[in-house]
Amino acid sequence: MSNFFEKSDLSRGDAENIISDTLQKCDDGELYLENSKSESILLDDNKIKNSSYSSDLGFGFRAIANEVVAYSHSNEISKNSLKQSAENLKSTLKSAKGVYNHEIAKSNKRYYENINPIDQKTLNDKIEILNNVNKYLRTKDSNVKQVTANFLGEQKSIEIIRSGGETLTDIRPLIRFNVTVMLEKNGRKETGVYGIGGRNSYDSYLKDDNWKNVCDEALRIASVNLESKPAPAGEMKVVLGPGWPAILIHEAVGHGLEGDFNRKKTSAFHNLMGQKVASESVTIVDDGTIDNRRGSLTIDDEGTPTEKTVLIENGILKNFMQDRLNARLMKTKSTGSGRRENYRHIVLPRMRNTMMLNGNHTQDEMIKSVDKGIFAVSFGGGQVDITSGKFVFNCTEAYEIINGKIGSPIKGATLIGDGPSILKEVSMVGNDMMLDPGIGTCGKAGQGVPVGVAQPSILINKMTVGGTKL
Amino acid sequence: MIKNQEYLSEKASYCLDIAKKLGATDSSVVVSNSISESVNFRNKKLDESNRSDNLAIGITTYIGKKKSSISSSNLLKENLDTLIEKCIETTKNTPEDEFNSLPDKDLLAKEVKDLNLYDDAHIKNENKIEYLERLEASASSDKKIVNTESSFTEDKSNFILANSDGFSKGYKSSSFTASSVIVAKDDKSMERDYEYTSKCHLHDINSAEELGKIAAEQTIKKLSPKKIGSEKIAIIFDKRIAKGILSTFAGAISSSAISRGTSFLKDKINQKIFSDEIDIFDKPDILKGLGSRSFDSEGVKTNTLKLVEHGLLKHYLIDTYNGKKLNLKSNGRCGGASNLYFDNGNISYKDLLNSNPRCLYITETIGHGSNIVTGDYSVGATGFLIENGDFKYPINEITIAGNFKDMFKNITLANDLEFKYTTNSPTMMIEGMVVAGK
Repeated sequence: MSNFFEKSDLSRGDAENIISDTLQKCDDGELYLENSKSESILLDDNKIKNSSYSSDLGFGFRAIANEVVAYSHSNEISKNSLKQSAENLKSTLKSAKGVYNHEIAKSNKRYYENINPIDQKTLNDKIEILNNVNKYLRTKDSNVKQVTANFLGEQKSIEIIRSGGETLTDIRPLIRFNVTVMLEKNGRKETGVYGIGGRNSYDSYLKDDNWKNVCDEALRIASVNLESKPAPAGEMKVVLGPGWPAILIHEAVGHGLEGDFNRKKTSAFHNLMGQKVASESVTIVDDGTIDNRRGSLTIDDEGTPTEKTVLIENGILKNFMQDRLNARLMKTKSTGSGRRENYRHIVLPRMRNTMMLNGNHTQDEMIKSVDKGIFAVSFGGGQVDITSGKFVFNCTEAYEIINGKIGSPIKGATLIGDGPSILKEVSMVGNDMMLDPGIGTCGKAGQGVPVGVAQPSILINKMTVGGTKL
Repeated sequence: MIKNQEYLSEKASYCLDIAKKLGATDSSVVVSNSISESVNFRNKKLDESNRSDNLAIGITTYIGKKKSSISSSNLLKENLDTLIEKCIETTKNTPEDEFNSLPDKDLLAKEVKDLNLYDDAHIKNENKIEYLERLEASASSDKKIVNTESSFTEDKSNFILANSDGFSKGYKSSSFTASSVIVAKDDKSMERDYEYTSKCHLHDINSAEELGKIAAEQTIKKLSPKKIGSEKIAIIFDKRIAKGILSTFAGAISSSAISRGTSFLKDKINQKIFSDEIDIFDKPDILKGLGSRSFDSEGVKTNTLKLVEHGLLKHYLIDTYNGKKLNLKSNGRCGGASNLYFDNGNISYKDLLNSNPRCLYITETIGHGSNIVTGDYSVGATGFLIENGDFKYPINEITIAGNFKDMFKNITLANDLEFKYTTNSPTMMIEGMVVAGK
């Protein structure tokens, strides 16, 4: 574990005194300390293009009085620096009249090992795999014109010190391995991307030459796209494949169910608690407790143990995702969803692993039921306007469906829908739930955090497909 | 207080010395400090205050043609020693790349131009609050407004870039930004829109009243949107969206996309990619310009480039590494374009709206639908239907799609360019795009 006070003129006792003094008339707040180490090794254009290492150290000091949040951060852990931050917080919250809430849930459960993935594999081993990826892909298909492959590894140690000296800690490993391949055939270029990762060692994901499977998948997607035709434009039925396409759930309903937007009544869902928001076959949870998943957390960034939060159960809206601030103001409990990108950022309620649970249909049934529509297998990114509820995501692998049969692949198109109504349009939920491969990053208010998604195949009655073919 | 040039220079030269001692044949370092103070309001009340003080150091070491880099926020000597040692170790173990090198010495900037990028003014939180009170009062005048969130941010930064060829330069810059995000509601819909102002100098920002008024008006206008059918129609892009199309163009002519062969604009130098009337400039020396700079992130001097002249592509955006690969000299665009803009077109905004009896005016797009490998474009969009030059009603839940190769050739620009962002465009019309709706 990191000892944040080891090389500082600031002792733990000093820090505790400053924290307790600053937060005495506040409702909540804490000192958040973070030490992260990360590496990136990139192969591109036949060469190791980049090998870099980063170490980041800093604190964020937060004080909350009623609805007002004062935050100050610095990367100098010193007496002076913390005092300056304390002054800054006090000046914002001069008239605070709160009573500090000491209550915080406890749990001994851990969802990942205390490891540093960076040190567990030598640089030479990582470089060798990247070179093998390059050779493998270029040998496998002569249309391969570009290969990019990279390793990202990280270990983040955090410590939360609350008023009164209560201390919570966590050490979080995270890795990601990604391959992008570009094919060129008859003057046409297309790319395919695939990656894997999570909160474990590189080797746990790469054993048995698993990197080859990642390459094969990227190559398969690019090859499919080389044969793709322009996508249709207009409203039609859409079948989504299992796994990663659940970013539809993440965008369409996940963000709208975050506590802050609902407390502020700016989410299209804010007045729908307890109401039917989806067809009966739809149950959605946000789960931070799955071992080694990218979106899992032992404790959130406020120290609350994470949990499995039921958001929608059999179509009924049950819970929002809450951090401490929004939970207090909405008179409920934190769901362990308080997250921040790093010490430079304030805590916001965020998703972890957002999952739609199994129903009892098969993908085959869904495809057969569609006269004209599309079958979307993989997506790039998505985005939502939580106020109007409109969301989009971009297909990276999709096919047309004609008369109950899968037809030609179609070019990357954006799909657009309306969050609050889309789940009512889900007419079949599959029995083939899959987790995504561990590559998602969710952006909100300029902060990126690792997340996961999962879903079975689903059939949506009506969505707008943003192709070019009228 | 922001760290001064002496402090940053001392750290930089310390790192260069250590790197040399440990066996680096070349090295470069950037040391920066930025302080940002912001205040957020929500529904006319203080919501958040935020102060951030960031120190950062980035070091790249070369041993011959081998290269590696490290970065850290911890500038204590002991930490720097450890990190540089690690960096040198990694450099030794990283394979050679013949194109790795510092920039050519004769291309390095000789001077730091005074571009008036720093305003020493410090606006206290009380004054930020006073500005936001006026802003939110102005934004909340209509009862359809149900939520207002506004913020005022003051940023100050300073940096030094140094390398083992003797380059060591840096300068301070500042920015003052105010923004307002409004939510309005009627019985049919809830909509959000925004307005913002950002300038290097405090007294250049828009008045609070004006900002609030514009944000509120734009939001109310979006209420009760309709969805239209799928069709081929002329699309007018508001300036705030048009600039994004220019950014995609910049991405597609970056020397890394070109040298890797992953751009639809590869091998298009001196070819017609836009219509005859289109000129695109990248001008780094605009006084108080939000994207202005004296040199790029490698220290290479930056001159104004006319990237597109009468529709012909004249330059890529080139850095040292990819330049060497393409057998071209760096033109000081490591890190991308500076103040990039489309020059004004020949017709007024009003005439542009009138140029088709029926068209769409797009004010917001969502999604990541620009593909620079294929040129394909498909995004979700929000805007207005225009008939005979008049805004008829708001539109949403549609997508617009096309391919940049065709879209670029069909651009018509109004003559209403202003320098509000780093990348700027007049209002833009593109004919022949496909809208997908009902």
